[in-house]
Amino acid sequence: MRAWKFGDNIDTDAIIPGRFLTIYDPKELASHAFEGIRHEFAKSVRPGDVIVAGRNFGCGSSREHAPHALSGAGVRFVIARTFARIFYRNAINVGLLPLVCEDADRIRDGAEISVDIEKGFVESEGARYRIEPVPDFLQQIVNAGGLVDYAKDLTEVETCTGSRR
Amino acid sequence: MGKTIVEKIFSSRCGRDVEAGEVVMAPIDAAMIHDITGPLAIQKFREMNGGRVFDKKGVIILFDHQVPADSIPAAENHAYMRQFAKEQDIHNYDLREGVCHQVVMEKGLATPGKIVVGADSHTCMYGAGGAFATGIGSTDMGFVLKFGALYFRVPQTILARVKGTFQPRVGAKDLILSIVHDIGADGATYQAVEFAGPTIRDMDMAGRMTCCNMAIEMGGKAGIVAPDETTWAYFKERSDVAPFPLESDPDAKYSGVRDYDVSRLAPQVAVPHNVDQGVDVKEVAGTHVDQVFIGSCTNGRFEDLAEAAEVLGTHRFSDEVRVLIIPASRDEYLKALRAGLIERFVEAGALVEAPCCGPCMGGAIGLIGPGEVSLSTSNRNFKGRQGSAEGKVYLCSPATAAASAIYGEITDPREVRS
Repeated sequence: MRAWKFGDNIDTDAIIPGRFLTIYDPKELASHAFEGIRHEFAKSVRPGDVIVAGRNFGCGSSREHAPHALSGAGVRFVIARTFARIFYRNAINVGLLPLVCEDADRIRDGAEISVDIEKGFVESEGARYRIEPVPDFLQQIVNAGGLVDYAKDLTEVETCTGSRR
Repeated sequence: MGKTIVEKIFSSRCGRDVEAGEVVMAPIDAAMIHDITGPLAIQKFREMNGGRVFDKKGVIILFDHQVPADSIPAAENHAYMRQFAKEQDIHNYDLREGVCHQVVMEKGLATPGKIVVGADSHTCMYGAGGAFATGIGSTDMGFVLKFGALYFRVPQTILARVKGTFQPRVGAKDLILSIVHDIGADGATYQAVEFAGPTIRDMDMAGRMTCCNMAIEMGGKAGIVAPDETTWAYFKERSDVAPFPLESDPDAKYSGVRDYDVSRLAPQVAVPHNVDQGVDVKEVAGTHVDQVFIGSCTNGRFEDLAEAAEVLGTHRFSDEVRVLIIPASRDEYLKALRAGLIERFVEAGALVEAPCCGPCMGGAIGLIGPGEVSLSTSNRNFKGRQGSAEGKVYLCSPATAAASAIYGEITDPREVRS
């Protein structure tokens, strides 16, 4: 697996520009991923590759097209120092795992990288970096295979009042 | 321990005491979907074996990003959503009313104390009216459509206290650009930003909407202003909500407190390609612009158009600039039309379009080409946001936009004589 390295504040327009938002198919979206900022990505990305970024990855829009564009390219993990809130949640919901890693900056572009979710670290060029565990309440969704699968068979949810309105 | 306004809203809607940091499955009072993120939300709702939506009156459907349909896929998306509205017996505002956030506010659909979600990041704008409102993705929206509830981590709150009187032709947009610059693009991630202090109290609803709209540009989950006389007067004619007390306690616990004084604040311009790159207008004055866009959910209201018209005075817009003016809604358009503003803009050389998002998201009309510069009253200047990734987008207030459109270069609105 190769690391595709990006900097801070990679916004959702950079991941997938607005003019492609009438597309919903992840594979087709993937063919335009990072189009404005890194042309070679869509052509050269291979299934299993990993996105590595700095702070505030996925800031901007609520468009779920952004995580879909990455998962459509075969990316399963995005490792960043921090994530924007909506992107983080969207990624979880569509089965793209956002992993928080304080040392993400140390991973080189193009370096071989492996991810061990169970043990909570990533390894690249002989060094191991700790990744934060996914919070409990989101882990349930991840374990179910995403929010759609989690919700499919539920007929009701308990709100914090103890009942639905 | 006192509570913030956000903790109070969650406590009230949850029926028990809730504190920041807790994860709750909260009831949703209203949910908005539009033509970009809506089709996917409906698809997810169906994949979840959706059935009937949680409350057909609580679901708001409208089209604004690609209206009128500018491509066959856009037309298909509209048709898909129309069909869904019909099948679920949901009122569909379709493409008649304008930009989603403006329409939700002016129809009185997000009133104080409510929890509202929208499949659009700028949903945080409804905090201007004292609602807790936040943007969500399409899968989360599918879940909301089905269950009328959603997981939230109750956010901590950053208090932004603002005092001082604005100089002429300086206002809410300049303030929020300076706050975003101060707090940073991710400074409020997972938090709410409460705007308070005498300057906010004196601000009209239009200005408060501009501020709350851009809370997301600091990573904020919500922006909020405690309801006061201005808020209740706004909702009096739009909903049946009666005034009730709702504000943070004096001993509420904030994650941070920031103090601002606007008395010496200069007009602000956010330079490419991040919203937190705000500078005083003098630092970029003279920069050539190819297109000026006045509109969007951030600054397409009557008050914004009036501000632009005041600066324009009897001038003409430069022939070197394409000036695009798009009122945020039909109501705002009509107000501007009746006040003679539209006539003045057209006479001065502007193109006035029917209410829609325009070039803001770069999906439809008014895109810029490689090497071109757009100066815009909207909320994002990300690379490629309004068309070519080789273009540049600067953000500013309606006053600065109008002044710059007269001279074809970024201009301090305080220097324009009528």
